[in-house]
Order: sequence, then C-alpha cells, then structure tokens
Amino acid sequence: MAAKKMNFEQSMARLEEIVGLLERGEAPLEESLALFEEGTKLMRACSALLDKAEQKVALLKVGPEGQPEEVPFDGEE
Amino acid sequence: MNGELRVLSVSQISQYIKGQMDRDEVLSGVLVRGEISNYKLYPSGHHYFTLKDGQSALRCVMFRGDAVRMRFRPENGMQVIAAGRITVFPRDGQYQLYCVQLTPEGAGDLQLAFEQLKEKLAREGLFAEEYKKPLPKFPQQIALVTSPAGAAVRDMLRILKARWPRANVLVVPVRVQGEEAAEEIAAAIDYVNYYKLADLIITGRGGGSVEDLWAFNEEVVARAIYRSHIPIISAVGHEPDVTISDYVADLRAATPSNAAELAVPDRVELAGSLDHLARRLERGIAHPMSAARQKLERLGGSPALTDPSNYVRERRLLLDYHSRRLIHGLEQSLAGEKGRLGKLAASLDALSPLKVLGRGYAIARSEDGTVITSTQQVEVGDAVDLRLREGTLACRVEERK
Repeated sequence: MAAKKMNFEQSMARLEEIVGLLERGEAPLEESLALFEEGTKLMRACSALLDKAEQKVALLKVGPEGQPEEVPFDGEE
Repeated sequence: MNGELRVLSVSQISQYIKGQMDRDEVLSGVLVRGEISNYKLYPSGHHYFTLKDGQSALRCVMFRGDAVRMRFRPENGMQVIAAGRITVFPRDGQYQLYCVQLTPEGAGDLQLAFEQLKEKLAREGLFAEEYKKPLPKFPQQIALVTSPAGAAVRDMLRILKARWPRANVLVVPVRVQGEEAAEEIAAAIDYVNYYKLADLIITGRGGGSVEDLWAFNEEVVARAIYRSHIPIISAVGHEPDVTISDYVADLRAATPSNAAELAVPDRVELAGSLDHLARRLERGIAHPMSAARQKLERLGGSPALTDPSNYVRERRLLLDYHSRRLIHGLEQSLAGEKGRLGKLAASLDALSPLKVLGRGYAIARSEDGTVITSTQQVEVGDAVDLRLREGTLACRVEERK
C-alpha cells in the first residue's frame, strides 16, 4: 500500500491495523518486518501531516449568479 | 310604552349597539382569562374559538394578521389570556372578542411554542437516532453558519486553528436573531448543501435571552437541519440553553467553543497517540524479533556452529581412521596379490619357452613376429628370426623341406 496516496484518516487507520497485526504476533518474521517498515513510513507521513498545516479561513459571498465566492476572513468584521 | 319610540331596522339597532360597545372604554381593550374550546383554524388563516369558565362562554376570533405573530398553537383546554376588544358582528348579532394577542397562562408563550414544536417534530421522527449522521473524524472543510461578528465566530476560529489547522473554514454569514434570522439560517444550510461547500456544518450563536436564541427554535431551521446531507453540530447559547436545533442536529454542543472542540481532533492529542502507536509498533516488532533470536540461539547451540574447529578435528580423526583402514586393507590385498603373483610366476617360469630354449630349442618367427610352426608359413627367401636361449639369429629361408 502506497503511504503517499492515503489521507490522514486512512493512514492512521492502516497504522492501527498494522500495530494490531504485529501485536497479535501471528505473522512470520519476514512479514512482520515488512509491516514494521510500512508502519514506520506511515508514522513519518502522519507526523509530517500534523506538522504542516495551513488553515484557510474565508467568508462566503454569494456571487451575482447565486454562485458561492470566497473572500478572506480574519474574524474581525 | 312610549309613542315617541322610533321603529328601527335590525341593521340600525345593530349599528347602534356596535357604536355603544365600540365607545365603551372597558370593551375596547380587555384582557379575558378563560379556557379555549371549539378551536378552529379556517383556511383563510383566521382562528375561531370560544373562551369559557365554569359559568359563561365568550366567542372569540383572531384574524390571520394577528395570529401569525403567535408562536404557539392554541389548543382546546388550554388556559389563556386573550387581549382584544369586544364588539358585535352585525350580520348575526353576536358579540365576540376580537383577539389580537393570546398568551398561554402558566408557561410563557415561547416555552409553550417550544414544547409544542418539539413534540410535533419528535412525532415526525426528526430527532430519531437513526437519522443522526456520523461526523467526519478529520473534517477538511467546515462551514460556520453564524454571525460573522461577535465572540462566537472568533472563539470557534481560534479553537479550530489551535486544534486542527488542517481543516479549512468557511464562514457563512447569517443574522442569528430578529425576524429574518430563522429563514436566513435555513437558507444558508440549504446553500452549503447545494454547493457542497463543507463536510461539516456548525450552526449556532453565542448566549442571549430566550428571544435572542429563538431562531434556533423555529421550524424552518429544524427542517433545514434535518434535510442537510452534511452533518451538523448545533451550538446555541450557553450550556443550559437547549433549542429545537439541538434536538435535530447530528450533535449538540453546549456552546460554540464546545462545538469547535467536538468538530475536530486535537493535533497535540493526536501527536500523543501517534507516539503511543510508535511505541506499540516498536514493541510489536520486538517480540517476533526476540522470538526469532531465541530460535537462532537454540540452533546456534549446536557444536557445529559454536566450535567449528572441533568439528573439523573430529572429522579429521574420522578421516585418519578411515584412511588407515583403507591403507591397511590395501596392504592386505596387496600382500595377497603378491603371493598369487609369486605362484603364477613360478608356474609361468615352469612353462617359460626360455626354459625350453635352455634345453637347445629355438623359436622361429617371421618378420611380423608370428611364430612359425609350419613350412607353409614361409616362402624361400623370407627373413626369419631364430630366438635362442641367448640372443637371436637373423636367417633367410633357402629351402622348404
């Protein structure tokens, strides 16, 4: 499974699944090592996602055709 | 009877009575307490009912224009205070109370309206658990249907930013109090749904009086929340304020700040759970690793691996042993062969033509080495070798006899 393709939620879910599989201890060593490697990658990806996060805050404006438009909003109006 | 009496038409006397009543100070502005009975709402929008107490009854009408301001629905048996004026309706000569305002006794009219709408919507199933939509665990786009001014929106933005800055926020500005508020809120929820502007909606406002919060007790808002395909958190006023919106929404938050906390995960907390997962991951791999190592050590306990030179030494001893046996065997069989060879040599010696030659015989051989045993084998002039006991004579055939 490609760690890059997954969003945070999927990554976390897969990570928990991997930890569960490892903790059950039924997988043979080679498979365990592969799981561990995948888990480590996901861990790094999730940490990176948590670290870099730019929040966009906008105010909705209804355009002339009734379509939604956004203007920046800083909470002070 | 007085002969000066005028004869009046029914209309004339009715108009007279009406005039008297309309001029009467008491009748032109009364408050009447009673119990509603015979309540009827006409398609015209006018409400008709009778107010009664133990002894008397009073017919009442409330025209549509006055009735629309009423927040609760009048019901038979309800104790109310009706405000209005009493006059006669000339067509049927009946006097009645023209009611402009109806107030339930006991609970306030807002309280009553709240209870009535709550009961109605509950009956329709708008609050049923089965219609509650699950909230996204990690929302990506949150719409705040609220006033863009005021503390509520700022509190929500501050908390959303601190906890989960991955989520973008769209403030959908609406009035949250006053006549137009309910319609605006409902329309905004529909709009966000129509253009799919968010995966989570928070609607609400900061604290205020019951009247200030009233928009969130209106049926249009309740219906819009129920209609929404996007999950909605309702966040109205302070902790003790509970509105109809709270009941219909997928999740009720005590305050707008609380809504922001419920809407998104906390990234600090998540970093903590990531750490926890990391430790579990390490432990998870440590176990199979140590199991494998133990197995390896068990296998490694074999002398073949712990002392390989000993293994070689043992093998060498074994090799020596086998090679000694081999050599011994060879010697044995060689000795046997030697004995046999001696015997064979002895018998060979006995049969040796050399012995015969010793006795004076000679062996004649043609040029190609064939032993000549008959005169037929040679022609005159052929070369013949004669092997004697000592040396060989080269001869030529002169004659065959």
